[in-house]
Amino acid sequence: MVEKKYKFISQPRHPTENRRFVAGRGNFVADIDRPEMLHVAPLSSHYPAAIINNIDISEAMMMDGVIDVITGAEIGAAIQPLMNGLDTPKVQRFPLAVNRVRYAGEWVCAVVAESRAIAEDALEKILIDATPQPFVLDAEEALLPSSPPVHPEHGSNVLLDRQFVWGEVDDDFAKAKHSLSFSVTWGRNSTVPIETFGVVAEWNGWDQILDVWASVQMPKYSDQIARCLNLPGNAVRVHYDVDVGGSYGVKRGIKHATLIGYIARKLGRPIRFIEDRLENMRAGDAHGPERKFNVEVAFESDGSVRSMKMRALDNAGAYAGRAPFQLGKPISAIVGPYQINSVSYHAISVTSNKTVQEAVRGFGQAPTNYAIETAMDRVASFLKMDRLALRQRNLIQSDQFPYLIPSGSTYDSGDYHAVIEKVLTAADYPTLLANRDHLRDEGMMAGIGIAACLEPSGGNSSFEPLLNESNKTSTWMESCQINVDGLGHLTARIHTTSSGQGHETLVSTVLGEVLEIDPSSIRITRPNSLESLPGNSPVGSRMAIMLGGAAARSAEKLKAKLIKIAAHSLGIDAEKLTYAGGNVLAPDGRKHTWQDAVELAHRQFHNLPEGMDPGLAAFDIMQVPTGNALPVDGKVHMYPCYSFEFHLVLLAFDPVIGRPEIHSYTVGHDCGTVINPAIVSGMTYGGIAHGIGAALLEEFAYDPNGQLMTQSFLDYLMPSSHEVPPIKIVKHCTPSPHTVFGQKGSGESGYLGSPAAISSAINDAVSALDIRFEKLPIRMSAISDAIANKSA
Amino acid sequence: MIQVSIEVNDKTVTAEVEPRLTLLDFIRDVAGLKGTHAGCEHGVCGACTVLVEGNAIRSCLVLAVQADEQEVISIEGVGGDLGRSGELSIVQDAFCEAHGLQCGYCTPGMVLAAEALLADTPNPTEGDVREAISGNICRCTGYVQIVEAVMLAADRLANRNYKSKPGQPYDQTLG
Repeated sequence: MVEKKYKFISQPRHPTENRRFVAGRGNFVADIDRPEMLHVAPLSSHYPAAIINNIDISEAMMMDGVIDVITGAEIGAAIQPLMNGLDTPKVQRFPLAVNRVRYAGEWVCAVVAESRAIAEDALEKILIDATPQPFVLDAEEALLPSSPPVHPEHGSNVLLDRQFVWGEVDDDFAKAKHSLSFSVTWGRNSTVPIETFGVVAEWNGWDQILDVWASVQMPKYSDQIARCLNLPGNAVRVHYDVDVGGSYGVKRGIKHATLIGYIARKLGRPIRFIEDRLENMRAGDAHGPERKFNVEVAFESDGSVRSMKMRALDNAGAYAGRAPFQLGKPISAIVGPYQINSVSYHAISVTSNKTVQEAVRGFGQAPTNYAIETAMDRVASFLKMDRLALRQRNLIQSDQFPYLIPSGSTYDSGDYHAVIEKVLTAADYPTLLANRDHLRDEGMMAGIGIAACLEPSGGNSSFEPLLNESNKTSTWMESCQINVDGLGHLTARIHTTSSGQGHETLVSTVLGEVLEIDPSSIRITRPNSLESLPGNSPVGSRMAIMLGGAAARSAEKLKAKLIKIAAHSLGIDAEKLTYAGGNVLAPDGRKHTWQDAVELAHRQFHNLPEGMDPGLAAFDIMQVPTGNALPVDGKVHMYPCYSFEFHLVLLAFDPVIGRPEIHSYTVGHDCGTVINPAIVSGMTYGGIAHGIGAALLEEFAYDPNGQLMTQSFLDYLMPSSHEVPPIKIVKHCTPSPHTVFGQKGSGESGYLGSPAAISSAINDAVSALDIRFEKLPIRMSAISDAIANKSA
Repeated sequence: MIQVSIEVNDKTVTAEVEPRLTLLDFIRDVAGLKGTHAGCEHGVCGACTVLVEGNAIRSCLVLAVQADEQEVISIEGVGGDLGRSGELSIVQDAFCEAHGLQCGYCTPGMVLAAEALLADTPNPTEGDVREAISGNICRCTGYVQIVEAVMLAADRLANRNYKSKPGQPYDQTLG
């Protein structure tokens, strides 16, 4: 029996946010209604590349209810370009195409009208005169000097081309007995939240302030809006009490907010824009990585992998944004959970005439994990070794932590072998193997998939200075503020929106734990950006570590004040006092209660210790643990914490139909101390479901003419309750030494390994036919075609 | 413009509407009830699910004029005192308890799909539940805790002291 270490942390508590959502009382952006509000519909380009000669808006402007039509030329002259992550000043991006269209679907102008329906009607009256230009869709083609540049001013399609060598790669390859190489491709998919992106903006000319309500998950959102619109930072007020209907990384909406903010300011009326599904899919600028890997590994006959060369070529789409950085985060876990002595990594990001890429769950880590895990399967296959044994041989051992990897990050803690053993037991591995063979005997194609991987968490942003030397950012803080009111009740402020991660539950649980008071008595509020302390929003699996950390540190400060007040009041040294259940106890049995402290702090200044300020409030602005240095020689320590997951899957399909059905799914998960078990499990289940989609179903596919073919839910297929099987989670806890309670991140869990595991299972199923699937998603048509071709 | 009269939860909403107005937009913009959510507006995701004459339907695929003179239950019509008192129905309460949601956007549609299932099938199998919610896409949960929530609700409905209509609050069933 494990000792119960915490009263509220790791205990089963119902997430407090749930009640308003099951009652339909969330506060989503589309629910916000402002007086005199106008509505926007954007007009999309049909060409993947074109020069805009003229836009005739005259007929649209004459329609009843149409207020204005904004063109790219107008907005391009009025605002600053959107922020670029890399040092690529000639790759300029505006909310509407300025002079040139760069992908099919890109917005060229926007109608503002009394209703969304009228705005949509008016789109049909706008005449665009444009000259089509050559275009490029494929990343390898875009890389060629002969390819048409998406941004002619930039001179080529190359946004990023960096070669890193960490350790003695050539030497390790020369010494190793074997090597092999392969290519795999991660298809273009995304998180595709059920709520599209939306924004409402309202300009108050008397106070000179722009109010923004948005379904956003974006660091420094208000700063970016202000910079683009040439406003002071304190003239943009982003409201954090908007519930976000799913994001998983992509809800950045900076082009939307600058467009709507600009219109609101120009017209002096509240403006609303909620993407419809088509706008979201083809022009919401929220596609995920599309990445081709060329991998070479060097290894010994016993299966020990010595070195790896990886080339990752990513198709960023038409504009840069932060997309190229998704090649940067994986540097922090470039060897996965394995002891690989040296690595060379060639990271290339190119523009193409496709929709713009945005941050997706894991920020590039899931594709990289898929490549690493494919390497493990290939080495095992080459050596005719068991895939599991090969991994167990290469995994970092529990006594090797802290473990420095070649690219400069140090893994904090873990016990990978123990997690795997637990999973094998829980899934009954021998029976699983027998079931696979039994399915095969029945004529099914059956396979077992295995994937081990890491989730770097607690995100700071050190991939930015690593990939862009002009960027000196090392700070990546989060904050929390708490206040005890005159009646003694605690309110905490969190300074970001949430999109289902349960931050209110996180903060109340942590505060309750430290202050030893009932978490359900704590009120959580979300002020707007102007009333907030600095933060960086829930990205990079960071909030348990960073918001949880800042909350705990705020509570410790408050507790210290409670003790000081009690010490003064009781006339005893503070060191002799103990804190229990909100009260302060003296060794002689006297008790200074929470309410006593409230009385003194709020109403009896004359009884407070000399020099102490009144009130019971505290705040904390916390920097990422271990986040204190810029890169040196192409190396940097990035993430404080590394969660581990191990996936074990059995699936089978009929060889003619080719539709995989998952018979068994077990995942082992170690994210250190869990704050709320239901929330962490939920995110892991959801991540696996999303990974099943990425592996089998979901792809933003383009035809040769540059048109997006999967732009509705009828052709971009997402897993339903039929495709996602029951999933068994096996928990393990290796606390992190760097965090308050030993917690690590879990927001990207599941997704980081499930695509690799599904791919592994399908390839196991078809291995006897000598078929290899080297691209995700592996759709049922690809499976049945490949098998039919072999049979024919 | 056409006059329609739709009974939404506890009251009749009468309005002159354009023939092209969807029931979804009628509920949100005319009746002013924001708990019914637009997801895809082409009938795939199920976020806009409401009950029309007791059946779970997608309000984005139905025109307001088609729902004339019909009885519609939206998420606001579920739970105690028609959702105004903070009391939850058995199904809603089970969703909270099993954490059958995360961001809350698909949740009203999921809850109504579950209410419709349990009204017809008081003792569903897990397969029945998966079938009943298969037209509702959730991107957060992987459905695992949603299935748990509906099974929990079914169990509680089966073991309550007297029979009541789905949508009634949990507390009322204790007496």
